[in-house]
Amino acid sequence: MFPASFDYVAAHSVEEALQLMAKHGEEGKLLAGGHSLLPAMKLRLAAPRVLIDLATVPGLSDIRVDGKNLVIGALTVHADIAGSELVRKHLPGLADAASVIGDVQVRNRGTIGGSVAHADPAADLPVILTALDASFVVQSANGRHTFAADDFFTDFYTTAMNANEILTEIYLPMPPSGTGTAYAKLPHPASGYVVVSAGALITKQASGTCAAARVAIGGLGSGPIRAIATEMEMQGKPLTPQTIAAAAAKAAEETDPMEDSYASADYKRHVATVYARKAIEAALERARN
Amino acid sequence: MTAEAEYPAVAVSVTVNGIKHDALVEPRTLLVYFLRENLGLTGTHVGCDTSQCGACTVHLNGRAVKSCTVLAVQANGAHVRTIEGLANGDNFHPVQEGFREKHGLQCGYCTPGMIMTAVHLLENNPNPSEEEIKHALEGNLCRCTGYVNIIESVEWAAEKMRKG
Repeated sequence: MFPASFDYVAAHSVEEALQLMAKHGEEGKLLAGGHSLLPAMKLRLAAPRVLIDLATVPGLSDIRVDGKNLVIGALTVHADIAGSELVRKHLPGLADAASVIGDVQVRNRGTIGGSVAHADPAADLPVILTALDASFVVQSANGRHTFAADDFFTDFYTTAMNANEILTEIYLPMPPSGTGTAYAKLPHPASGYVVVSAGALITKQASGTCAAARVAIGGLGSGPIRAIATEMEMQGKPLTPQTIAAAAAKAAEETDPMEDSYASADYKRHVATVYARKAIEAALERARN
Repeated sequence: MTAEAEYPAVAVSVTVNGIKHDALVEPRTLLVYFLRENLGLTGTHVGCDTSQCGACTVHLNGRAVKSCTVLAVQANGAHVRTIEGLANGDNFHPVQEGFREKHGLQCGYCTPGMIMTAVHLLENNPNPSEEEIKHALEGNLCRCTGYVNIIESVEWAAEKMRKG
């Protein structure tokens, strides 16, 4: 299988990539690792006339600490996130998610920026990044600005980014001590994509009560959904198994998942409560250490 | 194909199994076809052609990748290693030996990809557990005979490589 013909241009800086985007308009498409875009092009679901390669732009694949944030370049591949000492130390839930995407070969090519910009409703990273309260840094000819994760994933395969913007970095606040993060996923047995998944960030006070909780669920809608009712149920309470069970039971509240050939809507809603509990329990276990 | 190209060919320089190749490729040329058709390296197989099966696995700058989902232009300036680059003269790579010793293949179609992924694993983890081998080979499908002998082949190779 071949993609439809296209022209290829390698960008060597973000500024050059922005100029190329302006020049080619709707006919241009940014290429990162290509592990969402190229399969779509081979199936002729996408047929851009010009591919603007970002992988040739230096400096977009670093993982670094900036003040109270962990910063991940948009071109960082999943394998490097899964194996990063910084990520495993500060936000192991992100390493969990990066390590269960696709397979080894896919993780060696697919990028975090490509994944979130593609915004597949069955992707892993949007879910954990929402739970971790990520900020997405974009550049355009007008400068830089950021989107909060809660505002970023707006619909199926759709983000809040404008067509003239490039996602360059993802900022992740490093949580206070007493915090644990985790990701739990029910993969589709054939494709490995998310059927339902959950990301959790739990901050526990010395007394054992919940100081902060963010829980996001994947697979129930057009993108990650914050489980606000689950978070509220835990807030300020002792994090006992009973509290966690009651909170997780609310993980699918006010959702209306689409039925598909593998899972009914009721099944997805039920599995969401199970995986929310798994993610919360794993996050809490890490908060203890 | 080149004669029908709508867009200009792009110059690429790719080092494959230690030999530098300069070529003009149509932008939509996939790395696996560049290897097979431009360079005649047909050991890398096209299986599903949809990044599922792993038969096309090669190493790109030392990492296992599915070459049906990489454009040749994305490999510009890179080092590629294919199944043809593993043996040293008449001496097989230990993973190739392992697949022979433990009967890790039946029809052989998936074998080059299996071996390239296993080599990538053992270069990063010389003493993998059975679970780690299974996790590493998740992206490689065998439709003949199952995975038991394949896992034993990788274990055999790991032991041989550890002994040097």
